[in-house]
Amino acid sequence: MIFASSYHNIISPLGLNSHENYEAVHSGTSPIKQHLFSFSADPFCVAHIDDSLIARATSCVKHAEKHTRLELLSLLSIQDVLQQSGINAGDKDLGLIYTTTKGNIDLLEGDHPGIDPNRVYLPVFANYLKQQLGLVNIPLVVSNACISGLLGIIMAQRFIEQKRCRHVIVCGGDILSEFTLSGFKSFNALSPEPCKPFDANRTGINLGEAVSSILITADETLAGHEKTQLVRGASANDANHISGPSRTGDGLLQAIQQTLVAGETLPGFISAHGTATPYNDEMESIAFERAGLTTMPVNSLKGYYGHTLGAAGVLETVISLMALHRQTFIKSAGYESKGVSGQIQLIDKTSPGTISSFLKTASGFGGCNGAALFMKA
Amino acid sequence: MDTTITTYTRIRRQGILSNDQLFYEHNGEAATFAGDAYKHLQLSYPKFHKMDLLCKAGLLATETALKDHASFQSLDMSRVAIVLANRASSLETDRQHQRSISDKSNYFPSPAVFVYTLPNIVIGEIAIKYKITGENAFFVCEHFDAALLHDYAETLLKSEHTDAVLAGWTDVDQGLTDTLIYLVERSTDSNKNTNFKPHSFETINQLYTL
Repeated sequence: MIFASSYHNIISPLGLNSHENYEAVHSGTSPIKQHLFSFSADPFCVAHIDDSLIARATSCVKHAEKHTRLELLSLLSIQDVLQQSGINAGDKDLGLIYTTTKGNIDLLEGDHPGIDPNRVYLPVFANYLKQQLGLVNIPLVVSNACISGLLGIIMAQRFIEQKRCRHVIVCGGDILSEFTLSGFKSFNALSPEPCKPFDANRTGINLGEAVSSILITADETLAGHEKTQLVRGASANDANHISGPSRTGDGLLQAIQQTLVAGETLPGFISAHGTATPYNDEMESIAFERAGLTTMPVNSLKGYYGHTLGAAGVLETVISLMALHRQTFIKSAGYESKGVSGQIQLIDKTSPGTISSFLKTASGFGGCNGAALFMKA
Repeated sequence: MDTTITTYTRIRRQGILSNDQLFYEHNGEAATFAGDAYKHLQLSYPKFHKMDLLCKAGLLATETALKDHASFQSLDMSRVAIVLANRASSLETDRQHQRSISDKSNYFPSPAVFVYTLPNIVIGEIAIKYKITGENAFFVCEHFDAALLHDYAETLLKSEHTDAVLAGWTDVDQGLTDTLIYLVERSTDSNKNTNFKPHSFETINQLYTL
């Protein structure tokens, strides 16, 4: 059995560890608001990590200035998981999978004294983390658009099953940058107000920044006090369009069908991708209905975090794991009235429930889709 | 379980080598390589011209590897996976997008460029062209990693959902392309003949050093 352990971390606008984050989400806090960046005259509606929070995080870090923003947050996040689990960074059975879309993309522009510009290359960035942490094994970078984080977790299970390593920390991270904001703006994909996944009045995404890490392990003694089985996961491609989701939800349906086995109890809820673009949410609702999941409670956590790209799959899995063990359905923030044609049940109020498992899904550019099933062990 | 590499294409130094045959050699400038190779292949696929070089290289290699590979057509495309890796991710196109936003007096970010600032878009382009809908993975590694590609393909082929893996490396950096695409299938009596190669770490490294 492979465990998604209770040793995890989230660094986001809502806090520096997963407990701070969960408490904020549970109480309905959303940090998404207008933020003025130095590179633009107009504000963007984003989930930005405040400088005061960064200062709190870095107060115990020596020479914080030699790391990029993403490196600093990633090191803190991974170190938190190492510390909680007691695993030695130098353990030869430990692997690191880093999931990101853009890594240190901010190094492409401007001067960064004391920072090697080659760290814009993802393997160089990952190797820097390895050196700073004292890891033995070379980290593996997965860059598979918005399913990167979830795919990293699915890969961790496969690597442990093929005995490549015994424990894997999956860390997902992306920061807010002019690069991504200008690109999504050119797509007309950005919402000027806090996003409203699955809602009738949704107008697009908010970008967010976060780093999130979790230990996946075959060792039950390292599964933590809230044990969860990572049952299985799958990915699939729509083979339809590089930047538009399939109208039929074929790829997501295929990933779900390979993840949910006939005869097994259906999951207690779905943590959907739910970006709040008109086409994405519509596609997901169709796929969920076609998969027969019409009565299952569904949420999107984008209303709390915005779209955190390569971090999203890890971050949303961590919050869902905590909700599973706290027997809580988390409200799909921003949702008021149903605005998708597929028959699905959105969670409109954070409330207690009886839950033994959940399904996490993700979809992204390049037509990729992912799904994974987690069950209380 | 025996597995076999049933077809491959290597693109390097402006040459396309496919299944031990030199398929195309480009004598012009690097910038015209992809377009001239497209003509040589007699491809008719207008979407090709919108793609960045990473996608063009991946598509040219895949097309060359698959066009005379009759058994590919008999595969169930929902059971074909695409597993690719490279070193520079999408940096070549990232730099192009960055140039379009660096100068505020000449600011022109374009969705047609930005969409290619993800490395897995090449998987998407190949998936669309051949209607392949199985598993996806894009790894970013310091060096060509035959062991990673081999082990991940083997893991997928051992699962009940995958019959074949289109795998390889496709890297574009500073205008240079470095691509190897190959198809791995479970061995059968017909594909075990001498033309095919065992799917092993050594074979993959041999193909890459061609």
